Amino acid sequence: MFGLLAALCVVFLAVPLMGLLTQIPWDSVRSELGNRDVASALKLSLLTSLFATVLAAVLGIPLAWVLARVQFRGKSFVRSLAILPMVMPPVVAGLALLLAFGRNGLIGKGLTKIGLTIPFTTTAVVIAEAFVAMPFLILAVEAALRSSQTIQTEEAAASLGASPSRRLLDITLPMSKAALAAGLVLCWARALGEFGATITFAGNLPAITRTMPIAVYVALERRPQSAIVLGSILLVVSFLVLFVLRDRWFRAQA
Amino acid sequence: MPLSKWLISPPMRMKIAAVFSLALLIGVSCGTDQKNPVEEETPDSQLAAPAGSLSIFAAVSLTEAFEEIGKAYEKKNPGAKVSFNFAGSSSLASQLEQGAKADIFASADEVTMQSLNEKGLISDRPRVFAKNTMQILVAKGNPKNIKTVTDLARKDLVVVLADPAVPAGRYAQEVLNKASVKVTPKSLELDVRAVVAKIDLGEADAGIVYTTDIKSSSKVAGVKIPLEHNVQARYPIAVLKTSLDIKGSEKFVGYLLSVNGQAILKKHGFDTT
Repeated sequence: MFGLLAALCVVFLAVPLMGLLTQIPWDSVRSELGNRDVASALKLSLLTSLFATVLAAVLGIPLAWVLARVQFRGKSFVRSLAILPMVMPPVVAGLALLLAFGRNGLIGKGLTKIGLTIPFTTTAVVIAEAFVAMPFLILAVEAALRSSQTIQTEEAAASLGASPSRRLLDITLPMSKAALAAGLVLCWARALGEFGATITFAGNLPAITRTMPIAVYVALERRPQSAIVLGSILLVVSFLVLFVLRDRWFRAQA
Repeated sequence: MPLSKWLISPPMRMKIAAVFSLALLIGVSCGTDQKNPVEEETPDSQLAAPAGSLSIFAAVSLTEAFEEIGKAYEKKNPGAKVSFNFAGSSSLASQLEQGAKADIFASADEVTMQSLNEKGLISDRPRVFAKNTMQILVAKGNPKNIKTVTDLARKDLVVVLADPAVPAGRYAQEVLNKASVKVTPKSLELDVRAVVAKIDLGEADAGIVYTTDIKSSSKVAGVKIPLEHNVQARYPIAVLKTSLDIKGSEKFVGYLLSVNGQAILKKHGFDTT
């Protein structure tokens, strides 16, 4: 019974992908790949999702550590706040970002006075992607850091006189490597697929803010056939990364 | 097959029992919600029978006008129900091409309607029911003092336009071409109301939108574009082949073209035919 439902689940997940991949107009793939707009959207997407992942790591990993290891009042509030972007409709996230960092926004107003305008820039794309994708990283890393096995091993090492930095490098990091990698990859993949927050906060302009998901949407309105090609390219890129990286890391862990 | 394989551990059994009783509880409470099923069903089915519900896919610029016309139509025809799906015309057209079910399609341009017609999705000749022009949209009180289309090229302005993939974007481009003005927009929004939103929120200084869009926000104002640089947007409507209620759909189109329907369109700033 469980096997049957599991098989049904695989079918459910695979059929839409097959739908897309079987409809690829192969004769136009080459011209689409050579298309300057497609190339720039793909480049922009890879670049911004990478920067967004770095931003999420720099800010998110310390927060995951604090959530896992430090006791303080209002912790469950902070944790809910950290996960909220994951369940918030992306358009709402984009609107919230606009009302915070826009020209009339809470912080944006001050930034504009010193000559910094964020909406409609590539920076805005990175911010939108990081905002929406960061929870994936925080959740994965926090769970790993809370593992009792890791904590016990750290304590054992401490009792044997290992310094904090030695414990971090020799125990905590190796033991949470797989979760960290999985979190980073998930975060990156979510950033790569970001649409709603980006279009609302950053807008849509070729080479500046038009990422692949937006390019797919625009293409769907003008040339549906090229939307299929663009969508497939995006899927193949993220599937390859998920498949190759996660598989490698999980095997390393086992 | 050994029976033990199908045995479920006691805690698991408890969980399953809990889920089932919860489901039962929900089922029962739903059942008791309908106090008098006989009494409720009769008027409902009587009402639904003559007219039924119409699903109308319409250009986003028609939002307010169509909502009012829908209400007036429902009032005039007791039992009739209309529901709308407002979005960029091209986006609606691709939904219809992909098999979305609807009764009526109202587009903001004839090109989009024509493409649906060529694919055999329309049951009769599209009819133009309204006309619109373009205006420059600015913040209320026009703080940046934008007077002409040429002003849109000013370097100190944040200009957003609709993407040329949607009718409003093509019309805006036409206006700029006619005025021989080259504008570097900060963003090409995916539908015309997103342009209004960016100016309403103060993130952009100006855009080119339909005259009728200006009333959709209280924080914006319009600057007229002279006739020689303006375009005339023509809105066609047609009953779709997928409609399950062609007669009811034609009735709605008839109402739209009637004096009453046209008066509502006029009230919302459309030019009528």
